[in-house]
Amino acid sequence: MKPMLEVQGVGMTFATRRGPFVALHGIDLTMQRGEFVALIGHSGCGKSTLLNLVAGLLNPSTGVLLLDGRELQGPGPDRGVVFQNHSLLPWLSCQDNVHLAVERVFGRSEGRATLKERSLAALELVGLAHAKDKLPGEISGGMKQRVGIARALAMEPKMLLMDEPFGALDALTRARLQDELMKIVQATGATVMMVTHDVDEAVLLSDRVVMMTNGPAATIGEVLEVPLLPVREAARNRLEMAHDQGYLRAREAVLEFLYRKQLHLEAA
Amino acid sequence: MVSAVFHSPLEAAGADKPRTVVLEHAAKPAPTVSRTPAPVSRDPLDWRTPLGHLLPPMAGLALLIGIWALLTQKGGSFPTPAATWAAAVKLFAHPFYSNGPNDQGIGWNVLQSLQRVGLGFGLAALVGIPLGFLLGRVALLDRMVSPLISLLRPVSPLAWLPIGLLVFKSANPAAIWTIFICSIWPMVINTAVGVQKVPQDYLNVARVLSLSEWRIATRILLPAVMPYLLTGVRLSVGTAWLVIVAAEMLTGGVGIGFWVWDEWNNLNVAHIVIAIFVIGIVGLLLEWTLLALARRFEYQ
Repeated sequence: MKPMLEVQGVGMTFATRRGPFVALHGIDLTMQRGEFVALIGHSGCGKSTLLNLVAGLLNPSTGVLLLDGRELQGPGPDRGVVFQNHSLLPWLSCQDNVHLAVERVFGRSEGRATLKERSLAALELVGLAHAKDKLPGEISGGMKQRVGIARALAMEPKMLLMDEPFGALDALTRARLQDELMKIVQATGATVMMVTHDVDEAVLLSDRVVMMTNGPAATIGEVLEVPLLPVREAARNRLEMAHDQGYLRAREAVLEFLYRKQLHLEAA
Repeated sequence: MVSAVFHSPLEAAGADKPRTVVLEHAAKPAPTVSRTPAPVSRDPLDWRTPLGHLLPPMAGLALLIGIWALLTQKGGSFPTPAATWAAAVKLFAHPFYSNGPNDQGIGWNVLQSLQRVGLGFGLAALVGIPLGFLLGRVALLDRMVSPLISLLRPVSPLAWLPIGLLVFKSANPAAIWTIFICSIWPMVINTAVGVQKVPQDYLNVARVLSLSEWRIATRILLPAVMPYLLTGVRLSVGTAWLVIVAAEMLTGGVGIGFWVWDEWNNLNVAHIVIAIFVIGIVGLLLEWTLLALARRFEYQ
């Protein structure tokens, strides 16, 4: 089976007032179907840039990105993006926000009733069917983020791209949403790429942790296979993980990378 | 806050939050605090009631009328408040009489002015709002037109009137033209700024969903720009109402501006004072209506 995503020799250079700025270079990454990959690194390491490249919001300066064997051409509904700041439209109800995406993808082929069912089903998936008529301003930050996830999933994308989706939430809400995300991944078998700066989140949720070196000219430093069953097969229990040897070793490896091997660069 | 509690346990005794702190201090031979009920409010009147809302503006109005009465009690050409009131009662008894084109009730005059404002402002909205959208979306156009707008915007309405008279060869279209040209700028500028300030997040949503241009315009741009647009409309209507009086004074015909000028020629100062109040009240009503409209488009 061909991989879901192939990133081949991708580099990204931004033109700035003080000349070209090399954000990323020499990125090679392959993701299989149903895989959950976390991108981690210090701030400014270009992990969001890499995600935006996959999302199609940026075009790579060098290299190619292949989604399901085809070269990426700009953004499209085959990749569902969850933004850090939820980016819901404040004048549309939760269901209408999801509906906007549903309509875009299935509007040509399906009737109104089916479309409505789809958007409602997506809200149900994140446990928010009861809030469908609420405006984003009327619900909590955690709920907004869940609507954002519902919007991305409702398009039945090939990949789910999450840019620090829980970064702006408090620790308890974040834990609850992580658990929910694991359930969703189990239920849908989604292929997920998630940018995070939280070591525990990366290890708890992902099958592989991609660790990025510090910028400028950041690249992939190490890739860690988390020695646990894939999340899509078995949701991980955070209480058990607290003394699971595999989890602890993976966590230590990521910490080692971030705070020993990459620390000196951050100080500069 | 905490340090304040430690320094003055006496004062804090009535408060709820730092109770534990207060108790520790109270365990020692603490001075017995007479539990006086916390003062609810220093004011004898609760300012949140409708009466409390109404009272200060009424007091201001009373003050104005009082000063007015004091200044005019010795007589002179300026009428007293009582005389003005009497004239107003007489005037508003028949607001819609009509004795030919040059002698009509104040109601007709106000309606005529409102009609001109409506026409001039409506045309300005029709041109200004789409133009604002264009300037907001197309940076090159914005750079071309912005200096022109900056140049034309501060021009006095009266300077535009001769151009109108020249082009239209008639007083009424010239007045409407003046309203149009003076009230278009706030709408152009506010709409353009609104479009430029649409949060990048919303546009990113549009991009990742790859929405059509029509969907972007109706679902994202228009709602996002609406608050700015309505501010522009509000400023425009205010300007239009300001301009109409000046324009009508020069063009004549039926209208509140010309009515003021007419009464000045009659040396009927009481009517001029009444007209000033009428103009003010109509302007206020326009403003309130548009504010109420704008509130319906506020999010979050």
